[in-house]
Amino acid sequence: MINPQLNAQGELIHLLTTEGLSRKILTQILDKAAEFVKDGELVNQKFSDLAGASVFNLFFENSTRTRTTFEIAAKRLSADVSSLNIQASSTAKGETLLDTIHNLEAMGANLFVVRHSESGAAHLIARHVKPGVSVVNAGDGRHAHPTQAMLDMFTIRHYKQDFTKLRVAIVGDILHSRVARSQIHALSTLGCPEIRVIAPKTLLPTAVEQLGVHVYHDMAEGLKDVDVVAMLRLQNERMSGAYLPSTQEFFKYYGLTEEKLALAKPDAIVMHPGPMNRGVEIDSVVADGKQAVILPQVTFGIAVRMAVLSIVTANQRSAK
Amino acid sequence: MKNIHIQNGRLVDPLAGTEQQADLFVANGKIAGIGTAPAGFVADEVIDASGLIVAPGLVDFAARLREPGNEYKATLASEMAAAVAGGVTSVVCTPDTDPALDEVGLVTMLRQRSKTLDLARVYPVGALTVGLKGKQITEMALLKDAGCVAFSQGDVPIADLQVLYRAMQYAANYGFELRLRPEEASLVNDGVAHDGPYASRLGLTGIPVIAETIAIAQILQLVKATGCKVHLARVSSADGLALIRAAKQEGLPLTCDVDINHIHLADVDIGFFDSQFRFDPPLRAVSDRDAIVAALNDGTIDIVCSDHAPVDDDGKLLPFAQAERGATGLELLLPLTLAWASRNSISLPAALAKISTVPAKALGFEAGLSVGMRADLVLFNAGEAWQVTPAALKSSGKNTPFLNHEVVGRVRHTVVKGKVVYSA
Repeated sequence: MINPQLNAQGELIHLLTTEGLSRKILTQILDKAAEFVKDGELVNQKFSDLAGASVFNLFFENSTRTRTTFEIAAKRLSADVSSLNIQASSTAKGETLLDTIHNLEAMGANLFVVRHSESGAAHLIARHVKPGVSVVNAGDGRHAHPTQAMLDMFTIRHYKQDFTKLRVAIVGDILHSRVARSQIHALSTLGCPEIRVIAPKTLLPTAVEQLGVHVYHDMAEGLKDVDVVAMLRLQNERMSGAYLPSTQEFFKYYGLTEEKLALAKPDAIVMHPGPMNRGVEIDSVVADGKQAVILPQVTFGIAVRMAVLSIVTANQRSAK
Repeated sequence: MKNIHIQNGRLVDPLAGTEQQADLFVANGKIAGIGTAPAGFVADEVIDASGLIVAPGLVDFAARLREPGNEYKATLASEMAAAVAGGVTSVVCTPDTDPALDEVGLVTMLRQRSKTLDLARVYPVGALTVGLKGKQITEMALLKDAGCVAFSQGDVPIADLQVLYRAMQYAANYGFELRLRPEEASLVNDGVAHDGPYASRLGLTGIPVIAETIAIAQILQLVKATGCKVHLARVSSADGLALIRAAKQEGLPLTCDVDINHIHLADVDIGFFDSQFRFDPPLRAVSDRDAIVAALNDGTIDIVCSDHAPVDDDGKLLPFAQAERGATGLELLLPLTLAWASRNSISLPAALAKISTVPAKALGFEAGLSVGMRADLVLFNAGEAWQVTPAALKSSGKNTPFLNHEVVGRVRHTVVKGKVVYSA
């Protein structure tokens, strides 16, 4: 199967998922992002990588953080940025999706950053854009959130350097999480030898172990001796639909507390993609504690998104 | 009515299980002679069938013709033209039109429209409940009188078991057959793909196999309780087939079918969210696909149908979960059945039986090549390859997972009621 993310030269032109990308490409993204970070802070400077490029942020689903960081990233690279909040109602017809894309192409769009509630929406758009136009997936349904996963990888590399010696636990609602799926693929490709998922059975995808993870249902067992704890956000909707009985019960058994964190390695880092539900999946003491790297993640997120925008744009331009 | 002399063809009769090189003579809409012409026969039309198979016309056990209500997707005229181009001389059409085929007037109109077109024969399946809503049973006996051959819910299973129980009792009262797609709706919920590792990977909501097996188990109990004749439509899983196999061995009045897509495809073929592969029931695991093939080979599955569903591009150019289900199939029934047969060393008569003789029997007629039988015939080249392109398809539905594939088995002539209705 042809990888729809790559051009004929095998270079990244769309970022749709971390799955199927080589370690070389993932490392290229991380290395490029590192150019935008100095001493754990963003380099305070404007770059011209996207000068003359028109970037459209298309958010068919709500987002504050991801949209804002993409905006900042594109602006720092000197792109013209437009952000559209398109509420995709349940009755919204998909022709509108591709019609929207074609209309924006007619306005000279070079790159679309897309978030959509349906898995595969970014792939669909990438298949239908004009040659030379890039698509960066900012989250599609439960499928993928590759820039989030890559900023997590950046964070892990920043604090732990070598992926090949790490034990990483991903905790919470794996079933509905595009972040978890993208993290798992990225970690595997980058050589992480032990990826664990910890969740109750109702919040795990069928046959999740086939993604190459070890499955735990018990926090105490799953967190033992891990180097990285990647928490996931628990949506309130999960209380309906019989996934879970209550946030209280979830917090007691799957919430990250100081006590449970103590089972991980003493220097383990705690990540969270935000926004956090304090007292549901994570205790405030941990969220604000010294092992948490949640705010640096946000900073690195801008660098990683700059890197992705820069790389796909450069690859499209060199092909012309 | 013309007398037709079909020369030099290879006659394949799935009813008798025979193959022979012989001429076939058609008069008065019937087969009038095999090998030698009946006395006084003068041919009005001679068809050279050298290199062609001559077989009973195909009977497609499930096709959506979209009329009434969805004429923008397809019309009876376009789909009847597709049928005869695919060698299909009898089309069983499903009741899931808009409005549903739940009233005598609608059925009469449909039959009248198809008669005027004078292409393939149309056998309507009536709606089992009013508006397919699963609440109130239809006037089954009156619908039967109007020409309905059986009753079904289309793709919308009855949620209320009490209603299904009564519907089966009532149908059993008259000896009517129900065609039920076994699916427990509460377990499908918003699922769009087989609940397995591939859907997990793509982040698509899964439809577990138990949605099918639980429904089958319920239906089997109801069959035992009511004696209602049931045909299970579009079985998709190995576990479901195991239940059916056991029930058949027990002697329950049960038949089942599978569609041409599920014989060849599995969930992994979805690739990167390709909506051509969106089906109801979903394409399941490769092991399920293999079980379907095995069940076809051993006779657990009685019938292969196209499950024809014309879907326009607007219905497919959508994110996977929002895309419309189904594929065009009338013109692919023959080549995709032949593909199964050749891969599994199934004889031509045995393969054709699944798409002619067996479904014909369920409709109450014999599809064979004996003198006196209806002259509904298909003449095809079993070795000729053709490419499935939008232009090559007569159906208004151009979408199928096999788009741009090369398939083998090309229809050259189709005869319905002793009249050549298609030639290529």
